[in-house]
Amino acid sequence: MPWLEAVRLALHTIRAQKLKSFFSLIGVVIGVTFLIAVVSIVQGMNVYMEDQFANRLVGLHTFQLRRMPGVNTGDVPDSTWREWSRRPRLTYGDADYVVSRIRTPVLTSRFCSERLPLGRGGKVAKDIDVLGADATWFRIKNWGIPDGRPFSPQEVRAGSAVVVLGDLVASKLFEGVDPIGKDVSISGLPYRVIGVVEKQGTMFGISMDKFAVVPFDAPVRRDICRWNTLDELHVKADGAPGMLAALNEVESIMRVRRGLKPQQGDNFALQTAEGALEGWRRISRILFAALPGLVAISLVVGGIVIMNIMLMAVAERTREIGIRKALGAKRKDILAQFVVESATLSTTGAIIGIGLGIGLAFIIRALTPFPAAVAPWSVGMAVILGILVGMSAGIYPASRASKLDPITALRAE
Amino acid sequence: MSDAVIQLRDLRRQYDMGGEIIHALRGVSLTIRRNEYVAIMGPSGSGKSTLMNLLGCLDTPDGGEYWLNGQEVSRLSDDALARVRNREIGFVFQTFNLLPRATALQNVELPMVYAGAATKERRQRAAEALTRVGLGERMDHKPNELSGGQRQRVAIARALVNRPSILLADEPTGNLDSATSTEIMRVFGQLQAQGQTVILVTHEADIAAHAHRVVTLRDGRLESDVTKSEIAAA
Repeated sequence: MPWLEAVRLALHTIRAQKLKSFFSLIGVVIGVTFLIAVVSIVQGMNVYMEDQFANRLVGLHTFQLRRMPGVNTGDVPDSTWREWSRRPRLTYGDADYVVSRIRTPVLTSRFCSERLPLGRGGKVAKDIDVLGADATWFRIKNWGIPDGRPFSPQEVRAGSAVVVLGDLVASKLFEGVDPIGKDVSISGLPYRVIGVVEKQGTMFGISMDKFAVVPFDAPVRRDICRWNTLDELHVKADGAPGMLAALNEVESIMRVRRGLKPQQGDNFALQTAEGALEGWRRISRILFAALPGLVAISLVVGGIVIMNIMLMAVAERTREIGIRKALGAKRKDILAQFVVESATLSTTGAIIGIGLGIGLAFIIRALTPFPAAVAPWSVGMAVILGILVGMSAGIYPASRASKLDPITALRAE
Repeated sequence: MSDAVIQLRDLRRQYDMGGEIIHALRGVSLTIRRNEYVAIMGPSGSGKSTLMNLLGCLDTPDGGEYWLNGQEVSRLSDDALARVRNREIGFVFQTFNLLPRATALQNVELPMVYAGAATKERRQRAAEALTRVGLGERMDHKPNELSGGQRQRVAIARALVNRPSILLADEPTGNLDSATSTEIMRVFGQLQAQGQTVILVTHEADIAAHAHRVVTLRDGRLESDVTKSEIAAA
């Protein structure tokens, strides 16, 4: 029961001396704020990278056959670059070879892109990503087309001059006008607009709606897929196991196609969302590895400050300790009182830190696209750390208090 | 002597003051019976404070025996002494020694906290004790909101709340004016009349005069031990 009294006493001290208490708790506050904020920001970025970046940019259960990795993270040594630039380009023949041999049920789409201007009447939209793809493209990318329709396999085979616009391109070229059935000019030829893709939003502040998709065999192929080569072959499986099977299958088909010997490495790349996330994972691992150190430093400093505060409290309250001893307090009673008081102080600091950390996470959430979310385990950990720091900081002062001689203590002023 | 609360046999206490041995008590033997009202007197340096600390189990002797309520307490450990202080001794100090940040009620509850009493029982007994010393109306006051006499009453309530064998008062009126002193001494008289053993440590003869027996120390030895009837007879 003296426990509760000690908690009350500590809270009373904090209330009575708000500013002094805040400064004495600042180490713990900073440490815990850091813990909560960094964990929530890194986890928010994780969610963002996995949900938004990887799955939208690369696609769920999707991979691409390429000449070389498209998303590179970290330093790529010169020798690797040289090896990549010596690789043969991916040809139409390669793509047909793979598509005709793959057994795993998958959707495939050839893919090329180039930045070109789009015109309509006097208006020109510059730097639009003109994408040449197969009819399956919209299903692979999971792009809805609320207005109009996607192009058909027949239109791809026929090389029809039709186009599906990105939301931004449509609104730029057709302000207030329904674009369906109208023409836009790409590389000097008119293309009939047959659909507009739903808004994709932004990523890292860049609009994801600045594109126009044309059938792979449309006339503009000359400009975006030169020399009978393509940029990527997109493959989408219906689940994670299918994806893995397709990945292995495509690799072995390509090795056969390229006539690679067993000891030779692949002279092509298979790009997965996992691969694109690799770099981010490394950064988040480093952050998580550095976090305990940073938190520990502030908590140790915070603990030392609290220890000093408690030593002062013991000195100031020597007489109180004498009175308590005279009235029958045993050593462990005094010890418990000061340890609990110290833990209460420190836990109060931890609670303030949790509040600040959550606040910081919300600010980050409001100002950046990262959905920073407070991890419950980090809050629990902060409270436990607060209690532990307070208890360990309180042990020495409390043991000094408990060993005071009652006669001397009673005489103290 | 079954009704002896305190039995001292050749009690000795010395202090090492930087190599020089000070003999504070040079062998004191004393018996105090239940419900006695004893004043311990003596000039400063007589060993009066040392004796009080030993009687209050705040200190242990270097030689001799101290039997308190049938228990030999002179060789006990710190925690065992704390237990004895909690159960057997009620302290009243010159400077009241109340916890400044606690209310009168909380101060009175304190000995029961260390005795391990339940919250409800503690509150009830503390309230009763305060009512008994006439402070039933001021239980929620902090010490600095009370007069000196009221503070000493709170201290007396606190001393009695665990029903100790002895009430040990160290210059209980030293910080009080004479009117308040008289009032406090009347409280001690009443307590003794109700059966409480009271030991008063003082250097003031008129305060000691309230007691029924006056023990005087000098140079660490018992100088005189006079009971009221003997004084009257003389």
